[in-house]
Amino acid sequence: MERTGHHPQLAEHFNRDEPRVNWHDETLWFIRSKRDKIANTIPEWEELREIASQLKNNVLSNLSEYLIAFEKNATRNGVNVHWAADAKEHNEIVHSILQKHGVTKMVKSKSMLTEECHMNEYLEAHGVEVIDSDLGESIVQLAKEPPSHIVLPCIHWKKEEIGELFQKHLGTPAGNADPQFLTNAARLHLREKFLTRKVALTGVNFAIAETGEFVVCTNEGNADMGVHLADVHIASMGIEKIIPQRKHLGVFLRLLARSATGQPVTAYSSHFKKPRIGQEMHIVIVDNGRSRQLGRKEFRNSLKCIRCAACFNTCPVYRRSGGHSYHTAIAGPIGSILAPNLDMKQYADLPFASTLCGSCSNVCPVKIDIHDQLYKWRQVLVKEGYVPAAKKVAMKGMNNILSKPSLYRTAGKTGRWFLNHLPFFVKNKFNPWYKQREMPEAPKQSFGEWYRKRKV
Amino acid sequence: MRAGLFIPCYIDQFYPQVAIATLQLLEKLGVEVVYPTNQTCCGQPMANSGFEYLAKGCNELFIKNFAEFEYIVCPSGSCTLHIKDHLHDEKNEHAAKDIRNKIYELTEFLTDILKVEKINASFPHKVGMHQSCHGQRGLKLSQMSELVAAPFSKPLQLLKMVNGMELIGLSRADECCGFGGTFCVSEEAVSVKMGKDRIADHIAHGAEFIVGADMSCLMHLEGILKRQRSNVKVKHIAEILNGE
Repeated sequence: MERTGHHPQLAEHFNRDEPRVNWHDETLWFIRSKRDKIANTIPEWEELREIASQLKNNVLSNLSEYLIAFEKNATRNGVNVHWAADAKEHNEIVHSILQKHGVTKMVKSKSMLTEECHMNEYLEAHGVEVIDSDLGESIVQLAKEPPSHIVLPCIHWKKEEIGELFQKHLGTPAGNADPQFLTNAARLHLREKFLTRKVALTGVNFAIAETGEFVVCTNEGNADMGVHLADVHIASMGIEKIIPQRKHLGVFLRLLARSATGQPVTAYSSHFKKPRIGQEMHIVIVDNGRSRQLGRKEFRNSLKCIRCAACFNTCPVYRRSGGHSYHTAIAGPIGSILAPNLDMKQYADLPFASTLCGSCSNVCPVKIDIHDQLYKWRQVLVKEGYVPAAKKVAMKGMNNILSKPSLYRTAGKTGRWFLNHLPFFVKNKFNPWYKQREMPEAPKQSFGEWYRKRKV
Repeated sequence: MRAGLFIPCYIDQFYPQVAIATLQLLEKLGVEVVYPTNQTCCGQPMANSGFEYLAKGCNELFIKNFAEFEYIVCPSGSCTLHIKDHLHDEKNEHAAKDIRNKIYELTEFLTDILKVEKINASFPHKVGMHQSCHGQRGLKLSQMSELVAAPFSKPLQLLKMVNGMELIGLSRADECCGFGGTFCVSEEAVSVKMGKDRIADHIAHGAEFIVGADMSCLMHLEGILKRQRSNVKVKHIAEILNGE
């Protein structure tokens, strides 16, 4: 799917196939329900969220010290630590490591940061083949699509469609859509890649300042498989992945998988400390706008995110518009408060792709005030001039009437002013309200008119 | 007890019966109700669209109209929440703060301030309760399904006092209906789909009426129900609590 247009248009396109929307909605609601079920088995769940949130407050307030400590400890462990100010630097660092080893092929387990940096495209343009080893990511990679969900990258694909995709690319028999069969086909395909790749890249879920260790969480063991068979391990992490001490892992690991998929813990929570004999290990620490976000007082809490995607699964808009409608690497409610920091113009539509229902903030394991930040981004985007001029004219006109009682009353009387002036009450085919909804009926008199007569 | 009645603009213009029911209900319960006739709007339509800075005039007007009352009561969770969260006035911040602390949504005013234990109303129908998000997650009128916490619901507490009413359960107790202010037109496709799905949940459980404490959500759902030529109707909770 092409990533063009803004959220309303892309969402409208997604909604042309209603049964598919229903299926997408129900699939993700099922995951939200699993999350609810397992959260309710932990009596101290809300306390755990609060502790995680406070720990992240501490991290954000002391980030530079923790990062320096992490670098020192990781270096002492024999790891090469690199600093990347932005996506470009990150991609160049990864490429330079590959070049040093004369390698043109690499396996990669899931890393949303490399999606954010468009690393695959960069490396491909420089003659490097990147194979995504996460099953969902390998499916979207075969389809030449970006992931639509940060935990479930191909959640928008039905198993029958995956069967057809595999038939085309991996030569599986036509009409076979058995998940177990298809998974095995992908496994055989990936096994060859694992065995022949000299460099493996992973993401980082948690980086421990105290010890210089890091933890990578997967359900498929693909990070471990890649790393254990490769001579070089590159781990890419955003600066916000730091946690102070190893003991704090207990808090985050309890929250992460429960919030993400309703599992008690990810199948693999792999701890990496130092390179094994003969192996080379690199960590690339990436800023890419994060320190700018840290400086935005109202939005800094967004950096607490541990990428569980619970806010995606609960979001009634995400479930009915699909990940690609957000046209950014990290979709959903959290993506809508992260993306404008990267590019206000390009992502000005995203904070408006929400009803501000607040469910996202309630499921967030680190208690990010997501829906409040959506509201605040709207104010910033209007002030910075990233909202269409026509909207401003309409809002000013509306405000003019609503701030003057006599104008409001007169306007109301002349055939209920709203029906003629509010953008959503004009009864014609160009009116988006009327397209699939009837108009409210205009009563003979307003309450104000009734009240005045009653008094007399 | 004297209370200022704050009637949201769209209720004033399109659903005067909801405002009348609110007024009569409060009077029946012994409240002296005053409706300041110069009121217009809380400013939320502008603010939620990112134009909070334009709402200055609305804010000043709101303070002028309501500063004098001991309590302010409003039959809308969303408009109440907007005032509670966003009413400010640089020149008169003390009055703004005072108002933020004394404004109540109708059902919370009935349960928490008037401590209503009995209501003389009957409504012999199958009713589904629509929990509007701003009332629920914003004002905490009822417990939220995302949290690991004991359930409660102020609107349901009141509806349970109504004679003859059968309250139906829902598959998704507190999912958003998709109204969302200007979202309902700027994101028309998703908005309508969300509304259709909410309605389907109520209908699947046999609702004859969808009842809520926010007329804006109900206006959106009513628009879809009418287009579907459905027999299911919407009703504001004030109309039911004020019924005989």
